[in-house]
Amino acid sequence: MPEREKDKSRAKGKTTVEERAKPLIVAESLYKSFGDNHVLRGMDLTINEGEVLVIIGRSGCGKSVFLKHVIRILRPERGRMLFDGVDINQLNVRELTELRKNFGMLFQGSALFDSLSVRENVGFYFYESTKIPIGEIDEIVKEKLAMVGLSGVEDIFPAELSGGMKKRVGLARAIATEPRVIMYDEPTTGLDPIMADVINEMIIDLQEKLNITSIVVTHDMVSAYKIATRIAMLYEGKIIEVGTPQEIKNSQNPYVQQFVTGSYKGPIDVLEG
Amino acid sequence: MNQRNTHHQGFLGLAERVGRRIIGGFESAGGIAIMFWRAFYNIFLPPFEIKRSFQQMVRVGVESVPVVLLTAIFTGMVLTLQTTYQIAKFGAESYIGGVVGLSMTRELVPVLTGLMVAGRVGASIAAELGTMSVTEQIDALKTLATNPIRYLVTPRLVACLIMLPVLTAVADTVGIAGSYLVAVFHLGIPGSAYMKTLSMIVESFDVLTGLAKTVIFGGIIASVSCFYGFNTRGGAEGVGRSTTTSVVSSCITILLADVLLTALFTK
Ligand SMILES: Nc1ncnc2c1ncn2[C@@H]1O[C@H](COP(=O)(O)OP(=O)(O)OP(=O)(O)O)[C@@H](O)[C@H]1O
Ligand SMILES: [Mg+2]
Repeated sequence: MPEREKDKSRAKGKTTVEERAKPLIVAESLYKSFGDNHVLRGMDLTINEGEVLVIIGRSGCGKSVFLKHVIRILRPERGRMLFDGVDINQLNVRELTELRKNFGMLFQGSALFDSLSVRENVGFYFYESTKIPIGEIDEIVKEKLAMVGLSGVEDIFPAELSGGMKKRVGLARAIATEPRVIMYDEPTTGLDPIMADVINEMIIDLQEKLNITSIVVTHDMVSAYKIATRIAMLYEGKIIEVGTPQEIKNSQNPYVQQFVTGSYKGPIDVLEG
Repeated sequence: MNQRNTHHQGFLGLAERVGRRIIGGFESAGGIAIMFWRAFYNIFLPPFEIKRSFQQMVRVGVESVPVVLLTAIFTGMVLTLQTTYQIAKFGAESYIGGVVGLSMTRELVPVLTGLMVAGRVGASIAAELGTMSVTEQIDALKTLATNPIRYLVTPRLVACLIMLPVLTAVADTVGIAGSYLVAVFHLGIPGSAYMKTLSMIVESFDVLTGLAKTVIFGGIIASVSCFYGFNTRGGAEGVGRSTTTSVVSSCITILLADVLLTALFTK
């Protein structure tokens, strides 16, 4: 199944996709099932360095499962997952740890460590794996929290935070190390519209200023159109379309049309898992 | 994979279920052994997890001291009443210190301490790690380039390996004190006779083999409960399930190991 090549047009006056199209993360016909539940069924996807790739798709179609394959939290039954041309499923434990230092990840449920304070959560990597003095870590934590619109919450524990605050602390933790790639699993879900836009701007900012590659899973089409360099739609275990926001908006594919317009009428069966 | 729809009846169905249970049991045993080994060799890799291990030791102590000591003191008392009643038939009551001391230090206190800690600490480890697992906190550790086994399991293993013999030593003392109280103040056996037979019959070898066994029980409790915690699936219900499974498996494994170790130490 050749991936549709639609990297032609430009995204909102940014540099063209062609100019910077260097494949960084490549999924080659991934298969993954849990028992009888065949989630990924030959998924192909290429993510270029420095782009914001948004993955859309129905609830339960395997978006979060795919993100976990990118850093080998899950491993495929078949297919390859490449980072910088290296098959990550061939790496040994030490190489895997090194690989994971290139990534930051926001989990769908935030996944904050509930035995640690917000400060220890956001600064986790620095406390655990570096010798940076405590005072400097405090500064980094403060700065990253400010980026997601939080201040003065450093000494609170996750159980005392609201859902949206948890999400933002999770975001701050994901961006804390300024990794090469940041994966966001539904970054704006549960945020008010203003805060959602702050996060959109932040994602664009990180891409433009630091050339960070982002993979964003979202159901929020407003956010998808705003931040995406390209949008990919996952359906029944495969990517059925990839393209710029404009291309996706004008897609002829009835499945994509139904999804992006959010209609219950169309070829997608609403009752199907 | 498992086909839930095909429901075999009668003997075949039973055989199939028993077969699955046995295979599942072996799979878990393998997983537990691997978890133990990974956590164990990480003990010796710098930087050492001293702070976190110490925190876990405190936790094991705080959680289990009351129940372990209560168990020991009551066991000491009951055993003294029962045994005195039995050996009085031969006029051997004055040997009660030695007889009770021997069965307590060699067998009862180590095993009961193991079982109590499995119920108390094992359950809380399985529940804590199980919650971390279903809320993706263990995955989050990986994305932060931290090895979850080293970060979570190694300190708990160290704590159990060290704290079990410590708790058992204290429980030995308390249990014998309970026995002494009953023997001397309730049954009227002279204190000097109690102490004399105690020191005559119970040798340091007996006490030490009892303590040595509990190091192994500690290893069992930590590996089993961390294994079930890590492999928890399915929300709050899953956490409950893996907590129960972990306590039951630790207890059975401790009893099994005890038989083997006792056979070994008594040659
Ligand atoms: N660890 C797991 N064990 C078993 N099944 C799983 C596991 N993780 C995911 N699944 C299953 O895989 C399928 C895809 O799940 P996934 O979380 O990727 O969906 P999603 O596309 O992220 O949906 P949503 O938009 O609702 O977050 C679901 O049917 C889910 O039940
Ligand atoms: Mg998801």
